[in-house]
Amino acid sequence: MNYIKAFFVGGLICLIGQILIDKTKLTPARILVLFVCVGCVLGGLGWYPMLVDFGGAGATVPLTGFGNNLARGVKEEIDAVGAIGILTGGLKSAAGGLTAVMIFAFLTALIAKPKQK
Amino acid sequence: MKTDQPAQQKYAEIVEKHTPKSPIFKNCLLAFVSGGLICTFGEFLLQMYGQYGFSKDDAALLTSTTLILISAILTGLGLYGKLGKYCGAGTEVPITGFANSVVSPAIEYKNAGLVLGMAAKMFVLAGPVIVYGTLTSVVVGILYYFLGR
Repeated sequence: MNYIKAFFVGGLICLIGQILIDKTKLTPARILVLFVCVGCVLGGLGWYPMLVDFGGAGATVPLTGFGNNLARGVKEEIDAVGAIGILTGGLKSAAGGLTAVMIFAFLTALIAKPKQK
Repeated sequence: MKTDQPAQQKYAEIVEKHTPKSPIFKNCLLAFVSGGLICTFGEFLLQMYGQYGFSKDDAALLTSTTLILISAILTGLGLYGKLGKYCGAGTEVPITGFANSVVSPAIEYKNAGLVLGMAAKMFVLAGPVIVYGTLTSVVVGILYYFLGR
């Protein structure tokens, strides 16, 4: 059942992205920025965590989940250390994922050959 | 000519039959299915790491890391971009697409140098996402600090 929920929630979020690509003049880059910001705002309002409870990885794997993570990190950090958490909370929660991206990007780029054009 | 009218009708029917259905519908279906499948695989990883005894947060991070690793390998092999041509947002919106947007320019620009080539171009697309995401989190933080608690 969890897999079906993850499939539908994740699929629907991607479907929204595809509709934005096809129906508006927004570039994919702008849509990704939009998704992160929307995820962060919905996370701040406490709505996105409800979607995560329902859809599991279907809500956390899309980029909106990354935005939600930033919002969650900032809230938890403010609860823990006060106002300074406004500056530190967001990126702290994203640190693991971003570091992993950099490691794997670096190693892959060392090994892989660029396409010759 | 007598046959003109039916012939035209027949022609119209043939055109109708062979015109591809609205590409938007096809794009959306592919995005929905491919994005859904990536998330289903993510859910599988999440539950697997949970069973190995990792906490909820750690399992989520390991899931992201695994998806990023797989995406990096597929990008290195030149396969992720090919998938993306068919799947559109289905492969762009999940975290695997974010990883692809970092790995792909890192590979393409490595000949321009390790510093201003590979490392600088890594964030050509991910940079804006991180910048605006972080800025939004600061706004959320300020509102939460003054109003939310």
